[in-house]
Amino acid sequence: MVEQVRKLLDKKLKNTGELEKLRQAVLDKRDTSRITVSVCGGTGCRASGAEAVVEAFAEEIEKRELQVKIDFKETGCHGFCERGPIVVIGPKKIFYQHVQPEDVQEIINETVLQGKVVKRLLYIDPATSEEITYESDVPFYNKQTRLILGANGEIDPTDIEQYIAAGGYSALSKALFQLNPDKIVNEITSAGLRGRGGGGFPTGRKWQSCRTAKGDVKYVLCNADEGDPGAYQDRSILEGNPHSVIEGMIIGAYAIGASQGFIYVRNEYPLAVEHARIALEQAIDYGFLGENILDSGFNFKITINKGGGAFVCGESSALIASLEGKIGEPKSKYTHMSEKGLWERPSLLNNVKTWANVPLIINKGADWYSKIGTAGSKGTMIFSLVGKINNSGLVEVPMGITLREMIYDIGGGIPNGKKFKAVQTGGPSGGCIPEQFLDTHVDFDELTKIGSMMGSGGMIVMDEDTCMVDVARYFINFLKGESCGKCVPCREGLAKMSDILDRITHGEGKPEDLDTMMDLAEILSAGALCALGRTAANPVISTLKYFKDEYMAHINDKKCPAGVCRELIQYSIDPEKCTGCGVCARACSMNAISGEKKEPHVINQNMCIKCGVCYDSCKFGAITKQ
Amino acid sequence: MDTELDFDTIRTIIENNAGKIESLIDSYVDKKEQLISLLQDIQSEYNYIPQDVLIKISQKLDIPLSQVFSVVTFFQAFSLKPRGRHTITVCLGTACHVKGGQRLVDKMERDFGLKPGETTDDDRFTLETANCLGCCALGPVVVVDGKYESQVNPEKLGKVLKNYE
Repeated sequence: MVEQVRKLLDKKLKNTGELEKLRQAVLDKRDTSRITVSVCGGTGCRASGAEAVVEAFAEEIEKRELQVKIDFKETGCHGFCERGPIVVIGPKKIFYQHVQPEDVQEIINETVLQGKVVKRLLYIDPATSEEITYESDVPFYNKQTRLILGANGEIDPTDIEQYIAAGGYSALSKALFQLNPDKIVNEITSAGLRGRGGGGFPTGRKWQSCRTAKGDVKYVLCNADEGDPGAYQDRSILEGNPHSVIEGMIIGAYAIGASQGFIYVRNEYPLAVEHARIALEQAIDYGFLGENILDSGFNFKITINKGGGAFVCGESSALIASLEGKIGEPKSKYTHMSEKGLWERPSLLNNVKTWANVPLIINKGADWYSKIGTAGSKGTMIFSLVGKINNSGLVEVPMGITLREMIYDIGGGIPNGKKFKAVQTGGPSGGCIPEQFLDTHVDFDELTKIGSMMGSGGMIVMDEDTCMVDVARYFINFLKGESCGKCVPCREGLAKMSDILDRITHGEGKPEDLDTMMDLAEILSAGALCALGRTAANPVISTLKYFKDEYMAHINDKKCPAGVCRELIQYSIDPEKCTGCGVCARACSMNAISGEKKEPHVINQNMCIKCGVCYDSCKFGAITKQ
Repeated sequence: MDTELDFDTIRTIIENNAGKIESLIDSYVDKKEQLISLLQDIQSEYNYIPQDVLIKISQKLDIPLSQVFSVVTFFQAFSLKPRGRHTITVCLGTACHVKGGQRLVDKMERDFGLKPGETTDDDRFTLETANCLGCCALGPVVVVDGKYESQVNPEKLGKVLKNYE
């Protein structure tokens, strides 16, 4: 009895034999005849009410004693966030979208117990208006290669045994006992993996220089300070499959000889922090972290550090300053981090996605990995396909796919019959890509050639209603706010650019402003201290290059063609279409709209503040924007 | 923390909890480099970082007050002012921006006279903006006291806020 209790408490796996035994035991325990019900518990689906759906399922299953029939779990992010809450019923993976607690009874009665499909919860393809039953038939999914994200929808991220059952920690065991540090670095190098955080630096080369760097103490760091607005794949991986990142970090630490690791994660991602914390505790309990890991003699531990909400801390030297308890100001890089990083010691910093690729490469081999992708960019890349797009969410595709395939085949095109204008990639350091480049094959090098960059994989689609001058102003204002203020070109240059763009969007721009901005852009890229400043002008450069006519319309005609810049537009009511219902008049907080019941209404332009609430509220399309 | 309390009461609680804060700071004495974590602990306990606590941290951890102050003011996560009963965070990430996130900030200014970082006179709301909350497929996104609201327009925001007194 005492022995049994001790065994229950002590889950520590002492060697690879015990790991394999546990994996088999978890698999054997599984009753494959049970129907699986997976509810997505990512932040996106939670925002749409997934927690209540999880509760409703749990209650119903308990009440009706269906535990023997249903294998129920709350998983990580499935990626199709816009359709949440998502419920997938296995084994055939029937895909239900926008599920609410009141649908749960019906799903259990019809689908789980009788195998019938609840039609009203199915996804309807906007292109063909067809109902789609199975996840694998949904165009959003079936054109993807989900090597990294695939497990998100299969495992409960708070249960390490599910990760182990799915083959988890086998790469670690292979690295520790079948490979040696040199061989591991070689595998990563020959796989052709490049840093997924934005720069695209060859990961193997980074590992090699850190491995050969002199120093008794070395560190392994995970950059989860996903600051690019419009990108959230790191959050999704840390939330949905934190062990894949941890396993990658342990392998990296073993390869370079580090004994301590840090995960630097954004404060704005509470669920990712929580899941990473749970995963670390479980990894310690099961003996994957700590002393003498799986009896290999290797010791390693990981600490989580929460960021303070500063975009610049995604930059390596600023991230390190922040880890050291200082303000996140970047430094000039006379020496590489791999030689002098955290506390002046050799440090290996990789992005969440880069770490998550490591177990995959170790398990399947560099040969297999390097067959995926293009000549210069190997493997898959995860994009967050968002903005003005029908199928919005996280998309994992092999490097080399065209923008057109991404936007039209996977993304299902632009909603409401609007016209595509641009796709913004690479975060604030990236650029806006116009329609003429839609057939570009997406990889690190091709995106740079057309004036944008990969960044951390944000892909924000913009339609005819998006003003490109406003987009440039948005990014410049963003960077102005996030500039640490240490170097003059960045601090002053961005402030000046922001002033100019403000003036242009207010209709007070002058043609020579455009030249001034290009001058400032040159100064920034030549003189700023860190990558934030050096790339900060990219949004202006790319919009000026491809959308100069929009700038000219603002400057010369005092018009915003997209109808966004408030000072340059006017709302009015079309008397032909107005039914006099009065909804807009009630919605207007300025009382600027008047009219008799059932008679066309009018907007008093002197009182109108152009908030656009009336435009949203009108069901008859009677309000126009010019 | 009980969200129904006014600032004077919070102040009294902090004074009465001086021992607790002291022991929290004490637990970091030999971990100077974890200043940011300590500040996060204090912030999550009290919703802001009072001035006398800054001084205490400086003395106990032997870090110049100027450095503690610079860290607190550098990072967005910290506030030197008490916050209202409810914190409204409007996401202004790129995806939320192109879908009209700024209009929600404008609405808060219209309806409550609030600019980002400010608190209403009746302590009901504090308005904050975020660079990106990572719910880009659901924009515009607003978080009220930790609860995410998706696809928010000015009208929906008004309705949501009625639930928070």
